[in-house]
Formats: sequence, C-alpha cells, structure tokens
Amino acid sequence: MKTVIAENIVKKYGDKKAEIEALKKVSFDVEQGELFGIIGPDGAGKTSLFRILTTLLLPDGGVASVDGFDVVKDFKSIRQRVGYMPGRFSLYQDLTVAENLAFFATIFNTSINENYDLIKDIYSQIEPFKDRRAGKLSGGMKQKLALSCALIHRPSVLFLDEPTTGVDAVSRKEFWDMLKDLKREGITILVSTPYMDEASLCDRVALIQTGEILSIDTPAGIVANFRNQLLSARSANMLSLLKDLKQFDGAEDVYAFGEYHHLVLKEGFSIAQVEAFILSKNHTQMDVKTVTPVIEDCFISLMKAS
Amino acid sequence: MENVIIAENLTKRFEHFTAVDAISFEVKKGEIFGFLGANGAGKTTAMRMLCGLSMPSSGKASVAGFDVYRQTEDIKRNIGYMSQKFSLYEDLTVKENMQFYGGIYGKSDSFIKEKTEFVLNKLHLENEAKKLVKSLPLGWKQKLAFSVAIFHEPSIVFLDEPTGGVDPVTRREFWNLIYEAAEQGITIFVTTHYMDEAEYCNRVSIMVDGKIEALDSPGGLKQTFSAQSMDDVFLKLARKAERSDN
Repeated sequence: MKTVIAENIVKKYGDKKAEIEALKKVSFDVEQGELFGIIGPDGAGKTSLFRILTTLLLPDGGVASVDGFDVVKDFKSIRQRVGYMPGRFSLYQDLTVAENLAFFATIFNTSINENYDLIKDIYSQIEPFKDRRAGKLSGGMKQKLALSCALIHRPSVLFLDEPTTGVDAVSRKEFWDMLKDLKREGITILVSTPYMDEASLCDRVALIQTGEILSIDTPAGIVANFRNQLLSARSANMLSLLKDLKQFDGAEDVYAFGEYHHLVLKEGFSIAQVEAFILSKNHTQMDVKTVTPVIEDCFISLMKAS
Repeated sequence: MENVIIAENLTKRFEHFTAVDAISFEVKKGEIFGFLGANGAGKTTAMRMLCGLSMPSSGKASVAGFDVYRQTEDIKRNIGYMSQKFSLYEDLTVKENMQFYGGIYGKSDSFIKEKTEFVLNKLHLENEAKKLVKSLPLGWKQKLAFSVAIFHEPSIVFLDEPTGGVDPVTRREFWNLIYEAAEQGITIFVTTHYMDEAEYCNRVSIMVDGKIEALDSPGGLKQTFSAQSMDDVFLKLARKAERSDN
C-alpha cells in the first residue's frame, strides 16, 4: 500500500515580477513502512514539500495524499495521523521537557502512558532532565524531545525535516539508529537531509535539486545507474593534480573527494592512459584506482546532466 | 614561517563549566586550518575568543599579532568572518554589500571600486551587481559571502561551517575559493561537519570536552589513530566525549 502519493506538485513563491518555483511538478510515492529519504541541498524544495504533505502549506498545483487522505480536502484527518518534526526547533521553550510532551499528548487526545513504549528508548535519554525548560536544553536533547513529541500520538507517518543538519558525525549516527528502531515499529518515515552520505541508510531516496527530482531509486539502484567508470587519484601535490586532471582529454568530470580526487572517465579511455598522463605531468607518489561511486558522485553527475 | 594565531592554555569558564580547557596551538600564515569537534566540544567559544568577541578566563592568545585581551578592536579590523547564516544584507544589492563592508572596514573609495569589479568579475556576477542579494541562488550567496569576508584583505578569515546545506558542486567551488585565498597568503580557520572537507585542510585539530585531543595533518591523524578516513578518526575521538551535546 502506498502511504504517501505526490503527483505533479507545484509550489511558487513571490510575486509575478520575481517568482520562484520552489517545486516543479514533483511526483513520487512512498510505501507503507518505508524509510524514504529526500536528499538535496538547501533551496531544493524539501521543506516546501514536507509542509504541503503535512497540510501546513497549500500547493499551487498537483495532488497529494497521505494515508489515503487528500492534503487539501482532508487536512484535519491528516493532522491526526502524521508526526512532523520541523527543521527549526518548534517546541515551547518556556515549558519543561515533561510539560511539552504532556501538552502534545493531550492535544492528540492521548496520554504519555498510552504510547510510552514507542518513545521509551528516545525519551528515557532525556527523562533525567524532565523538569528542565526546553529552551535550556542542548541541541541533541532538543532533538530527542522534538522526536518524542512528534511520536507521542503514534502517527502512521513521520515527517522529519533535516533532523541531522548541523549535527556532528557521532550524533548523526545515533539519530539514524533511532530511525531504524522506529521503522521496525511499522511507522512510515520520510526524512530530508542535505548530507549525501545519509542516503545509504534509507530504503529508497529521491535526489532533489532546485525543485526537481533528479532520480528516485534504492541507494544501490542509483549507484548502479552511474554509467561511466569512476577513478580515484592522488599524488604528492593534490592541488596541482586537480588542475592537471581537468586538462585530461578522457576526463568527463574531475572533482576533489576527500583525500582523493575523483575522475569520471569518458568511454574509450583507460586507467593506463590516466596514469601515463599523470606521470607526464611529473607527479610523484601517484595512486590511481577504480572505485565504486557513492551517492554524492551520482548527485554531482545528475546535477551536471540536468 | 610566521604564526598568525598563537594560543597558549587558552581557557574560558562559565561559572562552574569550563567550555574551553587550556588549549594551545599555532596556525601559520597561509595555512588552511580545520577546527573540528562534536557539538558542545567548545569550538564556537574558542572561536569567539580568537575573534575578540569573548574575553578569555585565562591563558594567552594572539591573532594577527594582536592580543585577545587588550587589542580586540585591532583583531576585529584584521580578520574576516563568515558563518553558515549569511553575513550578507539580503535587502542590499550585490554591489551595495561590498561597498558597505568596504566602508565599515575603512577602505578608500578607489579601493572599494577596484575590488568590487575584481570580485564581480571573478564570481561571474557582473550582470547581478544591481540585484538584491535575496534574489540570488544559495550557492552564489555563499561564494559572495566568502568574497565579502575577505574583501578588506584580512590576514586571517574565520569560517564557521561555511558549506552547511550547500550542494556538492557548489561546495567544491567554494573550496577552490578557499585554496586561492590561502595561496594569496590569507590564513583560513575553518569549522565543518563534512569529514571529506577535513581532508582539504593542511592541518586539523579535534576538540573533545573543551580540550584539543589531536592536532596533525589529515594523513598524520589517520596514521596515529590507525583509521581509514577522517570520519573514522573523528568518531574514535568524539565517541570518548563525556559532555557531548546529547
């Protein structure tokens, strides 16, 4: 069963003179129980999309449904059954941790006890601070409280808008572990992120850029669609290697990638030719090898193709 | 080589909490220095002291040759700063932003005019000079913000997560600007959550619980911690943190 269906969703901002099309006919669907990632940089349209699906914003075109309900006509039903964690901390700063959670439970006609098992693993980590005001919590604790509040009414679909932005690598890992546990509870999860490396943690992802979906597939499927041979190369002088490789005839694209540079090889060229070229530029400590692309390589390639 | 930043046992305490705990390090002229740490490790507090915005509790430090206790105004005049939240005025045009920043740093009209043309040319923004900054795509804003941060030709520029949320192509273009600035002798002090960007730094320090736990070239750090990548190095160190932000 499809829990979320979006068809040709359009959203525009601004007046006629300076109109920005934030979403340009975006279509996708999400299966029940799926962990679906919307991966793209700032300005891609991720937040607009989530706000439309959670009935907080009206689309300018297209139709969408969540749990079988229309996002425009049936907004009240949708609000009862989705959990939404916005990118910006939106709980009541002047209420304590426990008060915030009780408040959200109450407005959804439930109680903390009724659904405690669902949030237990997350909430128990901040429970020692339950009498602290939410505004006084650290970033990581705020995030756990926000997630607890978004879950307290046992939603069937959870929307998480950039939950890991600005969060360090350790906390990001922890957060994704929490999502895996929630998925096991059968909750459908839509999560947006600008971090390309988080794509591999989703069942399926939509890569999105300036309001357009570049590709929708499983992470493995997206990687399998990368047609060219990809090489990683390094030498003693990385900056001049990057400049040199850009001059190589067989390079479809060259860009820095951590401690290596990545070179997208044109058809008809070989790794031996790349090595010969690098040596002809007097580089030392050369290391060139074929590598499997990751989502970031695919994103760069799709971005340049579109 | 000349040291542009020198910190010796630099410490900041807030009542009973030691946010920055006796950190010592030097940054050389023209170096790209990565300043990493988990959320809550004390990076922002350390950076605020080095920018002359927060008085240290103890220890010594100088930035661009000026003392962080006594010469904070000189420091501010001689550094550039850019954060993830844009340092640009959205309701001013591209050109006005540059004129404004050039003006507050006391640059002459001829300097501002010449430099504005240079930056517009370099970023290929000639046709956008009279457009409001808010109308620019995000990637352009980010590159413009960096160019504005070094408009007055500071000896050092502090970049606080400059590439957060930026697309992977723009992120790399941004790093090209960083390399160019460093080649011209501007020292780069940068924080980031992208571990691949740590690889682009000449040296990297990693803060854990207010202390600098490791400081070396990316290659040196990977060797010391028998790690495959900077991501591994970071996880090995940051997992030990007791006061992580969580």
